[in-house]
Amino acid sequence: MIGSDLAILIPEIVLALFAMGALLGAVYTSKDGLAPALTWGTAILFVVMAFYIGVTGTGTREAFGGMFVDDAFARFAKVTILLSAAAVLLIGLDRMARSDILRFEYPILVTLAVIGMMMMVSAGDLMALYMGLELQSLALYVVASLRRDSVRSTEAGLKYFILGALSSGLLLYGASLVYGYAGTTLFSGIIETATAGEMPVGLLIGLVFVMAGLAFKVSAVPFHMWTPDVYEGAPTPITALFATAPKVAAMALFARVVHDAFGGAVGDWQQIVAFLAVVSMFLGAIAAIGQTDIKRLMAYSSISHMGFALMGLASGTQQGVEAMLIYMAIYVTMNIGTFAFILSMEKDGRPVTEISALSSFASREGTKALALLVLMFSLAGVPPLVGFFGKYAVLWAAVEAGMAWLAIAGVIASVIGAYYYLRIVYLMYFGEDREGLDGRMGVLQYAGLMVMAALIALAWLPGINLLGLEGMAAAAAETLVR
Amino acid sequence: MDNLLSIVTFLPLVAAVILAVFLRGEDAAAQLNAKRLALAATSFTFVISLAILVQFDPNDTGFQLVEESEWLFGLTYKVGVDGISVLFVLLTTFLMPITIASCWGVTHRVKEYMIAMLVLETLMIGVFVALDMVLFYLFFEAGLIPMFLIIGIWGGKDRIYAAFKFFLYTFLGSVLMLVAMIAMYVDAGTTDIPTLLNHQFDAGPMSIMGWQIAGGMQTLLWLAFFASFAVKMPMWPVHTWLPDAHVQAPTAGSVVLAAILLKMGGYGFLRFSLPMFPVGSDIMAPLVLWLSVIAIVYTSLVAMVQEDMKKLIAYSSVAHMGFVTMGIFAANQQGVDGAIFQMISHGFISGALFLCVGVIYDRMHTRDIDAYGGLVVRMPAYAAVFMLFTMANVGLPGTSGFVGEFLTLIGVFQVNTWVGVFAATGVILSAAYALWLYRRVVFGDLIKESLKSITDMDRRERAIFAPLIVMTLLLGVYPSLVTDMIGPSVEALVSHYDTALANHVPDTHVAATH
Repeated sequence: MIGSDLAILIPEIVLALFAMGALLGAVYTSKDGLAPALTWGTAILFVVMAFYIGVTGTGTREAFGGMFVDDAFARFAKVTILLSAAAVLLIGLDRMARSDILRFEYPILVTLAVIGMMMMVSAGDLMALYMGLELQSLALYVVASLRRDSVRSTEAGLKYFILGALSSGLLLYGASLVYGYAGTTLFSGIIETATAGEMPVGLLIGLVFVMAGLAFKVSAVPFHMWTPDVYEGAPTPITALFATAPKVAAMALFARVVHDAFGGAVGDWQQIVAFLAVVSMFLGAIAAIGQTDIKRLMAYSSISHMGFALMGLASGTQQGVEAMLIYMAIYVTMNIGTFAFILSMEKDGRPVTEISALSSFASREGTKALALLVLMFSLAGVPPLVGFFGKYAVLWAAVEAGMAWLAIAGVIASVIGAYYYLRIVYLMYFGEDREGLDGRMGVLQYAGLMVMAALIALAWLPGINLLGLEGMAAAAAETLVR
Repeated sequence: MDNLLSIVTFLPLVAAVILAVFLRGEDAAAQLNAKRLALAATSFTFVISLAILVQFDPNDTGFQLVEESEWLFGLTYKVGVDGISVLFVLLTTFLMPITIASCWGVTHRVKEYMIAMLVLETLMIGVFVALDMVLFYLFFEAGLIPMFLIIGIWGGKDRIYAAFKFFLYTFLGSVLMLVAMIAMYVDAGTTDIPTLLNHQFDAGPMSIMGWQIAGGMQTLLWLAFFASFAVKMPMWPVHTWLPDAHVQAPTAGSVVLAAILLKMGGYGFLRFSLPMFPVGSDIMAPLVLWLSVIAIVYTSLVAMVQEDMKKLIAYSSVAHMGFVTMGIFAANQQGVDGAIFQMISHGFISGALFLCVGVIYDRMHTRDIDAYGGLVVRMPAYAAVFMLFTMANVGLPGTSGFVGEFLTLIGVFQVNTWVGVFAATGVILSAAYALWLYRRVVFGDLIKESLKSITDMDRRERAIFAPLIVMTLLLGVYPSLVTDMIGPSVEALVSHYDTALANHVPDTHVAATH
């Protein structure tokens, strides 16, 4: 029944129609003059859709013969994606406008990328997976090089495109092997082959290739090389986008593939994920130490955080998926706050990304410095801030799954990683007094920074209990891991 | 008041939030307001905390004033006190107003300073009242943040090195504890401390990569907790962060660090290591006892050659904490009683000693012992106060310092005579360095030109010392004040420990025959 199938896709369809309509509308009217209004409109639409999905969605529904799945897991990921994309659009608005790159294509491309991400997390089939992934990636390649006249930005876009194409190739090759040995592209069919007796070697090799492609998208080591360059080269508002919503989508897709298609063969992929987790945590923590550019630092920080999220996935249990979802939600919250701050860093009207510019920032802007301090300690995983609870959840899942060694590796990596977050705090509070940042902060950035910092500082308190995040993640994980 | 403990715990935090949100400006009036608000909040907290003392029944060895509510990840927000923790709560609330009053002279970023102090108070009280393992960890670790800032922003010359050393040392120590806590949760199915106290962790021998580990899981868990508490305590040889942190911390920071934060390690041993892993404790006790002796003798010797007053007192703190660990792992009534007594009394004495240094540092801006001499001529009141606390630090009978050292020595003498003998020499050494310090600073001729115009303590400073003097003498002549409060709980702890050890022997036998 095509009608009932389409009803399941209402949010995606609404967004797609909106993107088309906006594109046509803007092309035939005032073009870039419409961009601010369009950005606001997109952000509001994202929030509305997030509420729509969160409030109306119930149960598990499948469309197009199981190719598209709408379950609690997909909804959790979609709400996170939509809300974080909306937040990123808004905190970046001021900077985009002043850097003169606020084109009308920007919100439209972001909308298309978001549709791709929603498709990814709902994929029930290898082809749906690839379609979502490519829709997302192609839109993001373009926004990475949005600043056409900047060498750095186009270089970032090109790098992202070439390496992204390579990873898509890996993934496609793996998908073809999986199809060849399972005889179907549907996850529900693959899992039957995967769990029926010994897994065919071809299927296993296919799985490894698919996972390599996915690891590229979550920027897990050793597929992380593009991350620092793209983060640094892309305009900062775009970097903020890269660091949040696509990471959630890719991580959710990762979970979906390993559990929906290979859920019965945990032993076959667990070691790979555990390996990715360990090397990501350590490389992210160690390589960030020497960075002088805050965007590169955030790139390595995100690599390390992806390692922690993968640790949840590596435990291969329902609890592990729950921990991973909690971790991603908290990670996104912290990153939005941090990027809201980074977006406001400027001197003499020009954007600054050197960490040293933060020197003695606290003596001039006490409140903002305090908010950033909260975010930094939270990223480092120091209790009682919310970031600690994310780490706690994944460590707990790993130990419970009998992977205590992974948990111990995780805590050691977090101690190493604490150093560079502390260095930012050290510069702000103890750094020598000198000419630093002077830019004013946009209202939206200020709001983003303060709201996120307040959430991070207080949401753990008994009575607030992370705003019910745990229950939602638990429900989501329950539908995925059966 | 059903929420008495929560109120006492979070009241300072509320004051900190009020300060952060409502107080604006850095002028003198705003600074004074910040100081007044902080002083009022900490004093008020102390007054309320007295209600804990009133409601507390020392003869009940269980947890009292318990509050419990749902929290995250199957954890509970659960707080309560027993004989072991109640006095630490009161020590904290008692010392905080004094600490705040002592930093009246701070003029650099006063608002943030007061916020850090208030947040720190909440976290310290939280450590002592938490009855959920993860809640304990949360408060235990979070104290690092304000302390990092206090040392880093308001500290002395090499403050950044000291702040980083402090943070990374203690952070590394305690993440291992977190893994151990998760492992305990997996084993016992709960993070509730009262339940865990009665849970028997597997103590059968275990082999990891060919290494035989006696006591198995208990020993491993014990070691993970030890890594954290030993750094916090601090025990030799992981004590090196303490002198650095002390020297660079401002006076009030040093007072909090020495008087309260160091007690968290000892409290942790009493709350976790001893009752939860009795077999592990028994196996590792000789190690702890000898490390304690080394700490007592070695750091006393190191203290003697210090040029910097604060460093000297910091090393003396390490030596005194050696008595504490020794008493705890003697694991008998006198030893544990003495250890708790020593921690309480050291809270008053070391706090007071750092304040004494602060008094002359505020005037002369140097902590070099050589820069002083003959202070008794110009500062008779100061000389008297300093004399009293030096004597208390040495452990003169009649002061609270004597009781703790004496009890721990009795305790350890029953367990290991040689440890007792060597530790007793520490008492002599402490007399040597403390009296020598006193002689060099206070006596002699007043020949230094810069000291000719130094003034004696003013009324605020005298008021700060008064309660500390009273407590030191009171506990010295009437120690039952403390031992009556802690006695029944300690007795229950020791008998629980002995029973667990007695029950353990057949266990290993069964394991061996398999």
